[in-house]
Amino acid sequence: MLTRLGPSVVSAGDASSLTPFPSTLEFNPPVHGVWNIVHMGMLIPEAHQIYVCAVNCMRGVVLTAAEMGMRDRFSCVVLKEEDITRGTVEQVTLEGIADTLRKLPRLPPCVIVFPVCTHHFLGVNMAHIYRELERRFPTVDFIRAFMDPIMRKHLSPDVRLRMVMHDPLKPCDPDERLVVTLGSDFSLDEGSDLRGILSQGGSRLTDIQHCATYEEYLALAQAGTFVSVYPNARLGAERAAKRLGRRHLYLPSSFTYDEIAAQHKELAQTLQLPALDVIGEIAACEEALAHAHEEIGDTPIAIDAAAHPRPLGLARLLLEHNFKVTEVYLDFVSEEDAPAAAWLHDNAPQVQLSSIVMPDLRVASRTREREVLAIGQKAAWFTGTSHFVNIVEGAGLWGFSGIRNMAELMREAWAHEKDTRDLVPRKGLGCPSCF
Amino acid sequence: MNRSNRILPVYTGDVSGACSALFELGGMVVIHDPSGCNSTYNTHDETRWYDHDSLIFITGLIERDAILGNDDKLVHDVVETARELRPRFIALCSSPIPWINGTDFVALCRLIERRAGIPCFYVQTNGMHDYVVGAGNALAEIARQFVEALPPVKNTVNILGATPLDYHTPEAVDCIRQFCEQSGFSVTSCWAMGSTLDELTQAGEASVNLVVSAAGLAAAKVLRKRFDTPFVVGTPYVTGADATALRPVLAQALQKAARYKASSFPCRDGRAQNADAARCIVGDPVICGSLAAAQELSGTGACRVVCPTEASRELLAPCDVATDGEEEVAAALAGAAHVTADPFYEAILPAGTKLTPLPHLAFSGRNAL
Repeated sequence: MLTRLGPSVVSAGDASSLTPFPSTLEFNPPVHGVWNIVHMGMLIPEAHQIYVCAVNCMRGVVLTAAEMGMRDRFSCVVLKEEDITRGTVEQVTLEGIADTLRKLPRLPPCVIVFPVCTHHFLGVNMAHIYRELERRFPTVDFIRAFMDPIMRKHLSPDVRLRMVMHDPLKPCDPDERLVVTLGSDFSLDEGSDLRGILSQGGSRLTDIQHCATYEEYLALAQAGTFVSVYPNARLGAERAAKRLGRRHLYLPSSFTYDEIAAQHKELAQTLQLPALDVIGEIAACEEALAHAHEEIGDTPIAIDAAAHPRPLGLARLLLEHNFKVTEVYLDFVSEEDAPAAAWLHDNAPQVQLSSIVMPDLRVASRTREREVLAIGQKAAWFTGTSHFVNIVEGAGLWGFSGIRNMAELMREAWAHEKDTRDLVPRKGLGCPSCF
Repeated sequence: MNRSNRILPVYTGDVSGACSALFELGGMVVIHDPSGCNSTYNTHDETRWYDHDSLIFITGLIERDAILGNDDKLVHDVVETARELRPRFIALCSSPIPWINGTDFVALCRLIERRAGIPCFYVQTNGMHDYVVGAGNALAEIARQFVEALPPVKNTVNILGATPLDYHTPEAVDCIRQFCEQSGFSVTSCWAMGSTLDELTQAGEASVNLVVSAAGLAAAKVLRKRFDTPFVVGTPYVTGADATALRPVLAQALQKAARYKASSFPCRDGRAQNADAARCIVGDPVICGSLAAAQELSGTGACRVVCPTEASRELLAPCDVATDGEEEVAAALAGAAHVTADPFYEAILPAGTKLTPLPHLAFSGRNAL
């Protein structure tokens, strides 16, 4: 039985499930740094995105592209009531996409198509549409995405896109010295230990973020090994590796020394590379965390799940190093973060777990008795602080260097205020933006 | 094909329009939607979201509940939330899938109202229309359900159709209010910026309604039907033209309407009816029609209004054009030498056409700010 501190808040000691909050109405905080499917699709160089949906659904995605200054890489096909009532959704989808492609000044090498919930519910034959599009535009790679948030028993649009965006990669001879990270929105830090292990052994790491042309993107298929480090990327990377006959390593960003050491070992053994000095790496992490703690002291710390896929793992690391973590914002606990949830349950039961979307949070107080250090934009907004680590989705932090960088980011955030009102409403942190 | 937009965005949708219209009234708006409607609205179409805690939620509809018709969950979640947050009213909006499923929102409203003890109404939306329809329907419902029959008060006016979607600059509504006061009318209510629901309930006492955008017309018609209140369609707040000559025309129209109960459309009828296509203004028909009238009155010349939003035809002069989609608006502007429009329209203008920017939040979103 949960002891609720409020409808949307439960203490870690009372949280006995991976879904500590009931399903009810949802609100959306004015915090938009997390990438959406438009941001992700723009990572494929020269690709053009076409969405087929009603205006209200279209508005958010088309303006995402506009705010990125990339309207020329985005088009819409608008579905109307009469398409539903007359049964012409399939025709409008096909002809609308074809019409759009004919209007473009240059036929793109790749088109990402996004049908929506309506297509599922009306049983639109998307296979036929793609066959016909491929017949009419044989030089174009059509990527079969979806924007169908209603289908919660299936893949989310985010996971699906991270999967299908590798579909254009074609079988070729592997380069065993080339390693590619797939499915992440952010490149790994230049100084990350993953890069270090690879370069020490003469291998090379690259990713979609380093591709300037569609040809360069297709060349990612040459990698002998695919690595995924972001949970939502795992399925797509696995599938691409299986289809292309490549190795795949899932090495998620972690805040546990043992897990990171095991990842180092797995990577080094699989690629037959020398390992880094783990003991030295850990010592450097301890030093960085101690240095951060000297400056941050007993400042209350709030963490959100949008900042990193393992907010509870991060909370555990910080609590073990004497930081005062008071709040963690999440809507569910991932399987990967479950061990940390169990640790908090036993060792830090006072930490408050708070929903991000429950309706009472719309009117909950967003001031705290003491200034908070937030890790993540949502935690910053909910706690009303101007001291926050401005990251989303793990920000490419990985391994021991990821821990050290996080400590440095926290120290920097505590030392210098940010303009929360200005920063957190911006969409797609790290993407091109008109603002 | 008028369904495909190569490069232009779409206008704000009906659901966001409804939310924008109801934002300041102390109610709770619930969008029956899986995800996205709320984030789209508050990211791109709502300038007040960060600073004002308006109760606007989605239901988080999932495919199982949509297919099996689990409306009980919606009712339960809405009632429980309303009991906790105690809004003045509850408004339900639909998105495409509940509309396709034929969800009976009117019945759901009755159930919710009975269980929560809070007035509940449906704003007819389905995500497939633009904001003019959604905001218009929302304000019309307020006019139907909340405005009391009161003895008329001389020289009073309601301002109808003011939302940030059409009036995103801070001074816009103040300017309209000032104009009303200077014209001899005290403002009973402004629908719906800067007025409370209580102020809106008094709207039946006003001697005239001033419709300042297309979104205000439906409410004006309801108030006309319920209280015989005449309306004047036009706005004194125009940017890019000298409104000095327009304001007396509007003031006179208000006075005439109040005296003779005669509605009028100065934004449509107060200008040349045969303007050619060389000079065009693109956007809301009331705002653009008023701008065209102001330009004409100040001697700049006649303009054609190109209106890409819905529910606009009766607001347009014979020379004006209602368009649907990028292809039609491009055709309407093909012969223009001078276009006044949101800067995003530049992408489809013929080479050499001069563009005067008229930023419109309902079109280019935060890029307009």
